[in-house]
Amino acid sequence: MATKSLKARKSQLSDTQRQLVILNEKPFNGTLPTFKAKLDLHNLDLKPKNLEIFQINLGYMCNQVCAHCHVDAGPDRKEMMSKENLEKCLDIIKKHKIKSVDLTGGAPEMHPLFRWFVEKASAIGIEDFIVRSNLTIIVANKKYYDLPDFFAKHNLHIISSLPFYKKEKTDRQRGKGVFDDSIKALKMLNKVGYGGAGKLKLDLVYNPGGAFLPADQQNLELDFKTSLKEEYNIDFNNLFTITNLPISRFLDFLIASENYEEYMHTLVNAFNPAAVENVMCTNTLSVRWDGYLYDCDFNQMLDIKVDSKCNHIDLFDYDNMKDRNIVINQHCYGCTAGAGSSCQGTIA
Amino acid sequence: MSKNYYDSDDLKKFGNITEWSPEIGDNFFKYYNSVFEKGALPVKEKALIALSVAHVVQCPYCIEAYTEESIKNGAEKDEMMEAVHVGAAIKAGSALVHGVQMMNKGNKIIM
Ligand code: SF4
Ligand code: SF4
Repeated sequence: MATKSLKARKSQLSDTQRQLVILNEKPFNGTLPTFKAKLDLHNLDLKPKNLEIFQINLGYMCNQVCAHCHVDAGPDRKEMMSKENLEKCLDIIKKHKIKSVDLTGGAPEMHPLFRWFVEKASAIGIEDFIVRSNLTIIVANKKYYDLPDFFAKHNLHIISSLPFYKKEKTDRQRGKGVFDDSIKALKMLNKVGYGGAGKLKLDLVYNPGGAFLPADQQNLELDFKTSLKEEYNIDFNNLFTITNLPISRFLDFLIASENYEEYMHTLVNAFNPAAVENVMCTNTLSVRWDGYLYDCDFNQMLDIKVDSKCNHIDLFDYDNMKDRNIVINQHCYGCTAGAGSSCQGTIA
Repeated sequence: MSKNYYDSDDLKKFGNITEWSPEIGDNFFKYYNSVFEKGALPVKEKALIALSVAHVVQCPYCIEAYTEESIKNGAEKDEMMEAVHVGAAIKAGSALVHGVQMMNKGNKIIM
């Protein structure tokens, strides 16, 4: 069900400190081990490897207000990266020859400098230039109709959320009409060459529509592929399953529906030591609209900055980032449950 | 110990049954897990069959587990309820078909 952002609702949970307090209360004050204790138990440590993905959050504005959104994005969110910060990001990408750049939001395409930035960054030559598009933005307004051509021109790798291959479930999670608009947008992307055997990659992201873990990625991919092809003649490349982390609007849902404790038990019971090595924070850095640096997008949403005095793009220091300690908390269990979860699907 | 015969937390301890008989327990779980892997039948259909049977055998643990498993694998609410009806219909039918036995016996002994 589409809703308002926590911020617009003036919910207590729009305060990240409040979320962190909750993540450290019951069941983690005795019943369940903290994430740190769990790692210790398995003799595991989260350490950064080479920085491969520079994920830039352009801002929290979005045309949608999805029920599970961990960004608490929505039309009311005005936070947006300045041109100055965008330029600093370009400098970092160039200087350190970053392999993969990942633009996210909100809806990154709503940023007035989105196209300018893509053009500048493309010129640097990025191996894998990802844009996380929510699809509906493409059909939201005339000014976005040519986005598929623009994406194709710059060989952008499009990763898009589609909670399910059926209307009811998709609309329940992402809002009325989202499924039909997503189908329209997918057809437009297919038309310019996305999702086929060529170089234009179109991946879809599935996340569960409730308090349960995603099913097997391969099986779901097959279901998605068969249904989207048979019913809508739509092609895409890969399906990534992502676990909902207990933060922001999904945390709000868990608490309101009295699923929070049970869900945390599910995540902890599904802890998979093999997933730890490849969690996102090991090869990614996430930049907030105001230039602060985070171990991942989730830490950004909890405002847990990187554990370093160089925690802003103004002070960016590649070696210092490699030596940092990743800041963890109980939400991290979402990345290590079952087959693991990252922005690129399962990891174990 | 809980005062109820059923405690939902016991579902999480299902794996512990191997403690008192490791070999048979492990064999069971190996078998169990392979049954639910994708085979000739897709995983979703297996989950729906399990959900149906869970209702027939009235196992609250299985109902909980296979409600979640069905949803996880993309089953819709109406598909799940239909699966329960299938189980219920077979259960009702299997009771009712014994009515023939009753009639056979009755017809035989009634003058
Ligand atoms: S489209 Fe993405 S960013 Fe926008 S509200 Fe939905 S989940 Fe959040
Ligand atoms: S939530 Fe972030 S910091 Fe925690 S394990 Fe996942 S990627 Fe790493």
